[in-house]
Amino acid sequence: MTTMISYLFLQSYWWVIISLLGSLLIFLMFVQGGQSMIFSLPDTDVRKTMIINALGRKWEFTFTTLVTFGGAFFAAFPLFYATSFGGAYWVWIAILFSFIIQAIAYEFRSKPANVFGKKTFDIFLFLNGTLGPFLIGTAVGTFFTGSQFSLNNMFNVQWDNGWHGLEALINGRNLALGLSVLFLTRVNGLLYLINSVDDDEIINRSAKKLIINSISFLVFFLFFLITLFVSEGYAIDKETGQILLEKFKYLHNFIQMPVVLVLFLTGVVAVLYGIGITIFRSSNKGIWFSGAGTVITVFALFLIAGFNGTSFYPSSFHLPSSLTIYNASSSQFTLKTMMYVSFIIPFVVAYIWYAWKAINKKRITEDEMKQEGHVY
Amino acid sequence: MIDNVDLALVDWSRAQFALTAIYHWIFVPLTLGLSFMIAIMETIYVRSGNEEWKRLTRFWMTLFGINFAIGIATGIILEFEFGTNWSNYSWFVGDIFGAPLAIEGILAFFLESTFIAVMFFGWNKVGKKFHLTSSWLVAIGASLSALWILVANAWMQNPVGMTFNPETARNEMTDFWAVLLNPVAIDKFLHTVSSGFLLASLFVLGVSSWFLLKKREEWLAKKSMLIAGIFGLFSSLVVAFTGDTSARTLAEVQPVKFAAFEAHYAGKQNAGLVAFGVLKNPDNQSDPLKIKDFLFKIEIPGFLSVMTGGNKDAFVPGIKDHVYGLPESAILAVAEKMKRGSVAMDLLNEYKEAKKQDDQAQAETIRKKFQDKNFIDEYFRYFGYAFLENPEDVVPNVPVAFYSFHLMVMLGFLFILICSIALYLVLKGTIAKNRWFLWIALFSIPLAYIASESGWIQAEMGRQPWIIQDLMPVSAAVSQISPGAVITTFILFAILFTALLIAEVSIMIRQIKTGPKH
Ligand code: HDD
Ligand code: HEM
Ligand code: HEM
Repeated sequence: MTTMISYLFLQSYWWVIISLLGSLLIFLMFVQGGQSMIFSLPDTDVRKTMIINALGRKWEFTFTTLVTFGGAFFAAFPLFYATSFGGAYWVWIAILFSFIIQAIAYEFRSKPANVFGKKTFDIFLFLNGTLGPFLIGTAVGTFFTGSQFSLNNMFNVQWDNGWHGLEALINGRNLALGLSVLFLTRVNGLLYLINSVDDDEIINRSAKKLIINSISFLVFFLFFLITLFVSEGYAIDKETGQILLEKFKYLHNFIQMPVVLVLFLTGVVAVLYGIGITIFRSSNKGIWFSGAGTVITVFALFLIAGFNGTSFYPSSFHLPSSLTIYNASSSQFTLKTMMYVSFIIPFVVAYIWYAWKAINKKRITEDEMKQEGHVY
Repeated sequence: MIDNVDLALVDWSRAQFALTAIYHWIFVPLTLGLSFMIAIMETIYVRSGNEEWKRLTRFWMTLFGINFAIGIATGIILEFEFGTNWSNYSWFVGDIFGAPLAIEGILAFFLESTFIAVMFFGWNKVGKKFHLTSSWLVAIGASLSALWILVANAWMQNPVGMTFNPETARNEMTDFWAVLLNPVAIDKFLHTVSSGFLLASLFVLGVSSWFLLKKREEWLAKKSMLIAGIFGLFSSLVVAFTGDTSARTLAEVQPVKFAAFEAHYAGKQNAGLVAFGVLKNPDNQSDPLKIKDFLFKIEIPGFLSVMTGGNKDAFVPGIKDHVYGLPESAILAVAEKMKRGSVAMDLLNEYKEAKKQDDQAQAETIRKKFQDKNFIDEYFRYFGYAFLENPEDVVPNVPVAFYSFHLMVMLGFLFILICSIALYLVLKGTIAKNRWFLWIALFSIPLAYIASESGWIQAEMGRQPWIIQDLMPVSAAVSQISPGAVITTFILFAILFTALLIAEVSIMIRQIKTGPKH
């Protein structure tokens, strides 16, 4: 019995870690949000360079978080890794392509003899900035709406349609989440720039853009939430362990896990507060609130997707194939080993924080762009 | 018909993985080695306070940055490809294989990417000591990431530390330390990392030689060559040594691969090591093994026997023995292994059936059997053979294995020579005058890349048809998507990566021509 309990504990522990990495990823995609505006936000070339450099100093954190998110999913819930990546092939490939072109764009864009010209690499940044958050948001949407796959008795995935994941793009709720994430990352991107660039014009223009992006975010996010609450969800039957459709499942999850509800509401309020003080009080500290708020909100969403007897990767095609944190996880031994490894995470966060502070001590100025140094 | 489609799927999936891995590996070894040399150069700068050393450090650092970015771009693909293209594999071994990959992210990639930001942007923002520490941490992070990914790869070559769970139809980890301290992992880590150091040394030697040939930046070029000469000579010796230990381990854990390296078909005593040779196609085309003979060869008599058995009379089994069996050496024929693998496979199916019928007692009996040491040693270890159709399927492409192996080894010895001469001439102070050598050093840059890629090609192609040695062939590992989809992504990757490579090389050359900033 005790071993059973600790297996359950480990599975939950790892879902919490995955949720945390996922929420950090969504926050750190403020880099992408910023990239999606490199053509529309700045009015001069110098300002564009400043914006790109402000974002460019952070891109690797986001990228590495994405990589680690993937790796942690592989280690903790390998059946999800195998099922989703191998089944929803095209969505993941599209996401990957949008990140490959980002990784070289910063380093190559302003280097002489880069063959394709600055403009091409800036377009890469724009594409990654737009498609990255949108597609990741859409893919996460399928955690709630389900996908069309089945597993055979060797647990090998079969996708039920030739679209291999692209069909997620014609589901309104997935799209709403994709667009919410896109606009949220844009909001965070603007708040980050307001905080870290020392240039009045960029700050003014960002503040203006903030209004419309915040409204867009709210519209799509509310649409997603409302439809989520009134929709059916994929529940694990307590007695039989079978997957059933339950009305208002996700609403129930919030009500039955009040702590998560409180987290969620706190997160949303923090995001709104961060936006509010920027717009109404011209504060440049908004990113701290909206950033923390983003992490908390997304964290809560992940929790209702996987906890309280919910299938986190449901199959709308073949209910019994749906994945839960219990049937998709690694063995107890592996989860335990990995738990010890995860104790290093606070240490990692600490040195990232330290290094980040050291680099961001001074805000980015026009002068810095003209000096000798590593400028993107 | 279905078979044909499946084969196309397997082949294209392999081609895609090979393409992306080969591209990734163009950038990785330089990152591994150059990061350490940069840290060494910066240490000298911090200790001496000489601004020239800083200039030198920053020059190599610029080249490092260009290479690093594209290394990352190509790396992320590989990680996700395990899921997208080898999803059956990802489930079958995810319990073990995912762990090192995740640890790599947590432990190594964050170290690299955090401190690389300090390395590039911190020059005027943080203190000298902090900056220097960051440079060292980047180098250590790169090698750490190599460690974990190689632990994962080594496990595929020599699966250890797990048991099979029929309930989940997958292998589950039971001993983390066995996975980490896998002898193949240790060989691979040392050999691969040192070969990266060597490649980077040859890169620095070659680029510096170019400056000397152009009579530019002499001071900088000579200092760089001094560091690269020492680092390279040391690494090249480690490479040769660890290459040898790799081969010995290989002879035990992957004997067919080992025999393929040597194109050693018929087992014999007093077997010679072929230093160089040319293979010819078999006269008898109907022979299922398609045995290839040597058109000519240069052989070190008896050396293969000495290497593997300790003395000249030791018997070294050949490919034929491994396929058709050799009772004297306790080698089972593949046909027998296929039978035993099928026993394990049938038992798994019986388990599924018992579960379906809700026959708990029967299911429990079978589950116990999969944990029984005898059953594991006699039957389960041949599980993958159940998927094979002909005994000859276990033989990889011999010419590919043979040539890539021999090319690598010959170049390895050549590099020891090149590094020694470089170091000698630098110390004597006459390097700039020996223009013949400068040209050789310059042209050894591409040779280093060829050796390094050959290493992976023989290691990976040599283990065919296995994705996990003896447990799973590639054909059982592949994701069920249409071959058309994989062909499309293969073409997209090929175009994108080639375009990026062209840009990278062009930028790199321009930065070299521009030279260090004043
Ligand atoms: C021996 C070393 C070695 C080997 C065999 C591999 N890699 Fe690699 N990888 C590195 C050594 C490395 C590195 C030196 O750490 C890189 C190269 C350039 C860089 O930026 O980091 C890297 C980057 C890198 C990244 C980007 C990391 C980031 O965000 O910072 C990923 C996701 C991978 N690799 C994944 C893989 C996978 C899945 C491999 C196997 C199939 C693989 N690598 C083989
Ligand atoms: C960067 C270094 C590596 C290179 C250059 C490399 C090279 C290759 C090549 C050439 C192939 C194709 C073999 C064939 O088609 O016959 C291949 C396949 C493969 N490699 Fe590697 N490899 C590397 C590292 C790894 C590592 C570290 C792993 C595991 C962690 C790995 C796992 C695989 C898998 C799963 C396949 C596909 C199955 C197959 O076709 O054999 N590779 N690799
Ligand atoms: C000096 C003589 C050398 C010997 C005896 C040697 C031996 C070996 C052996 C036996 C393997 C196969 C291991 C396996 O399949 O598991 C291997 C792999 C490899 N070699 Fe070498 N090698 C030598 C030189 C080099 C050089 C000069 C380079 C590159 C600069 C290099 C790079 C590699 C790489 C990247 C691999 C694949 C990783 C691995 O399997 O360890 N080797 N080598």
